[in-house]
Amino acid sequence: MQRRVIFDNKLLPYLLLAPQVAVTLVFFIWPAAQAIWQSVHIQDAFGLRSEFVWFENFTAIFTDPNYVGTLRTTAIFSVSVTALSLSVSLLLASLADSKIKGAAVYKTLLIWPYALAPAVAAVLWMFIFNPEIGSLGRLLNGWGYNWDYRLNGDQALTMVILAASWKQVSYNFIFFLAGLQAIPRSVLEAASIDGAGPVRRFWSITFPLLSPTTFFLLVVDMVYAFCETFGTIHALTHGGPGKATETLIFRVYQDGVVNNDLGGSSAQSVLLMVILIVLTTIQFRFVERKVHYS
Amino acid sequence: MATVEIKNVRKSYGPVEAIKGIDIAVQDGEFLVLLGPSGCGKSTLLRMVAGLESITGGQVVIGGRVVNDLDPKDRDIAMVFQNYALYPHMSVFDNMAYGLKIRGVPKPEIETRVAKAAEILELGRFLTRRPSQLSGGQRQRVAMGRAIVREPAAFLFDEPLSNLDAKLRTQMRIEIKRLQDRLGITSLYVTHDQVEAMTLADRILVMNHGVAEQIGTPLEVYQRPASLFVAGFIGSPPMNVLDGVIDASGQGVVMPGGALLPLPRPRPDDANRPVKLGIRPEHLTISDGLAASPILVELVEALGADTVVYGRLPDGESLLIRMAGLPSCTEGDQLSVAPQPGALHLFDAAHGRRLAD
Ligand SMILES: Nc1ncnc2c1ncn2[C@@H]1O[C@H](COP(=O)(O)OP(=O)(O)OP(=O)(O)O)[C@@H](O)[C@H]1O
Ligand SMILES: [Mg+2]
Repeated sequence: MQRRVIFDNKLLPYLLLAPQVAVTLVFFIWPAAQAIWQSVHIQDAFGLRSEFVWFENFTAIFTDPNYVGTLRTTAIFSVSVTALSLSVSLLLASLADSKIKGAAVYKTLLIWPYALAPAVAAVLWMFIFNPEIGSLGRLLNGWGYNWDYRLNGDQALTMVILAASWKQVSYNFIFFLAGLQAIPRSVLEAASIDGAGPVRRFWSITFPLLSPTTFFLLVVDMVYAFCETFGTIHALTHGGPGKATETLIFRVYQDGVVNNDLGGSSAQSVLLMVILIVLTTIQFRFVERKVHYS
Repeated sequence: MATVEIKNVRKSYGPVEAIKGIDIAVQDGEFLVLLGPSGCGKSTLLRMVAGLESITGGQVVIGGRVVNDLDPKDRDIAMVFQNYALYPHMSVFDNMAYGLKIRGVPKPEIETRVAKAAEILELGRFLTRRPSQLSGGQRQRVAMGRAIVREPAAFLFDEPLSNLDAKLRTQMRIEIKRLQDRLGITSLYVTHDQVEAMTLADRILVMNHGVAEQIGTPLEVYQRPASLFVAGFIGSPPMNVLDGVIDASGQGVVMPGGALLPLPRPRPDDANRPVKLGIRPEHLTISDGLAASPILVELVEALGADTVVYGRLPDGESLLIRMAGLPSCTEGDQLSVAPQPGALHLFDAAHGRRLAD
């Protein structure tokens, strides 16, 4: 239900909104506008002059044979990270929601990864997966599996997917747990009296009632996978070996900061923005319809 | 349809004993009401029958089968919850059809059964609506419908009417009674509302602190309460309880004010025994004579059909009197009241159990 608040003072509502608007302007609209402006310019090597070039930067992207590979990597990476972190966190939250001993400790432990900086998390994963010093890396090689993510692109991609998903699991977990706890126990009890076993109960009652949370996390996780995984990839693989773990966001950094191609990099970030807008719109148009809001 | 036997059933939550050994055999088609104050363990007992709560000791037998270790779904029962517990994301039809679908009932039969239940409960117009689009009373009906389409061996109700307003509650109460008469399904019904208990029950199990204080028909429970607790819990306004002493001859009981009330039968063995004396407010009448006590009227409540008088005995004990019709006295009046013959309840002064009549 919507409530209307009536302000006596005409200015007050705008004042209350001002901080939010200011933050959005300074940290979102302004950089986005800058990116769009730069995406249609080319700068010289020293950043002194820039020249308006219409859509040359975009044409360059689309004619670059590597760009398709980056798109493909991004798609695999994002879908995997979103799916993996959603499913694992839902599983963990369901377990935490049932009556278990030490539930409080378990919940706290699960929330910790969220507090770790990407670089720290990456070091941690390195200690696990490094073929020479990593515990799991050595184990795999000991079993005769040739594990070295520094040489094998698929292994590298698997590893960054794992690391990036792991970091998002905590976040999803908190929301899923809150969502699960909001489902009245008696509704599930009614279902079990109606004859539904645990699996059926989950898919026919819990999952649909959790759909607003799942949908919200789907959008958030996708944006995370596209945009916020730069730190993890950078620290773990640097986009390598070759371009095996180079996602769109990583390439934006690579071209802009390392290769000093600000125009090209900006064009890519504008593209990334468009892709995200399209995907989110699709989600809101087609997935949200299936969501049950109580 | 089936019998439900509860055999010395116990429930502990850690060191806390919530149910301390309850025995009752509910007959096929019988309507048993579990009545008691908040926290006495009514829901716990019902949920143990449903299989939602583990059984610490004793046995629950439904239709001749020990169900202690069976899941709720295998017990062939249906339950109506206090908050209805409807599936919020499903239509009214799907709410009622859910249990049937799971049990693999063929689609045409599901449709006829739901349609029949909807007709009985006057839900036909709402079948495509979500629970959130229904009023409290309609939701209640859907919860009932979900229970009856299953045609279970027993119905379990946990305070199904307590979220409704007074008028709707009366109406639904009558409907539940009618429905149960018509379907003849064994029912266990939890409530703390004595009117519901009196009107719905074939038998009432009065519970207190996890034990059964009395099991009996509504009239038995009203006319011959087995303990002071039952005496105080059933009846409104509650029974007057006074300290008395059986006189030396065992012919009567001496009231605090000195009045001598004749006993229905002489109790020579109980001579000089201190007792608790129970008199229902509706069994006191204005009269003179030996058995009468003088009271000072402190408050008069006119309820329309009858009147409740709050009086005080000379020794300071208060006494409630319920009289038919409009008030015939006002505050400050002196009245002389006496119990109707045979309307005395005697309880042991120490443990509160009823003395043998
Ligand atoms: N999970 C639990 N852990 C510990 N004690 C519990 C638990 N559930 C119930 N109890 C206790 O068991 C007793 C009986 O509870 P129950 O819910 O059966 O009461 P009730 O008669 O249904 O009361 P109400 O009329 O308020 O619903 C209460 O004293 C309650 O505190
Ligand atoms: Mg209860």
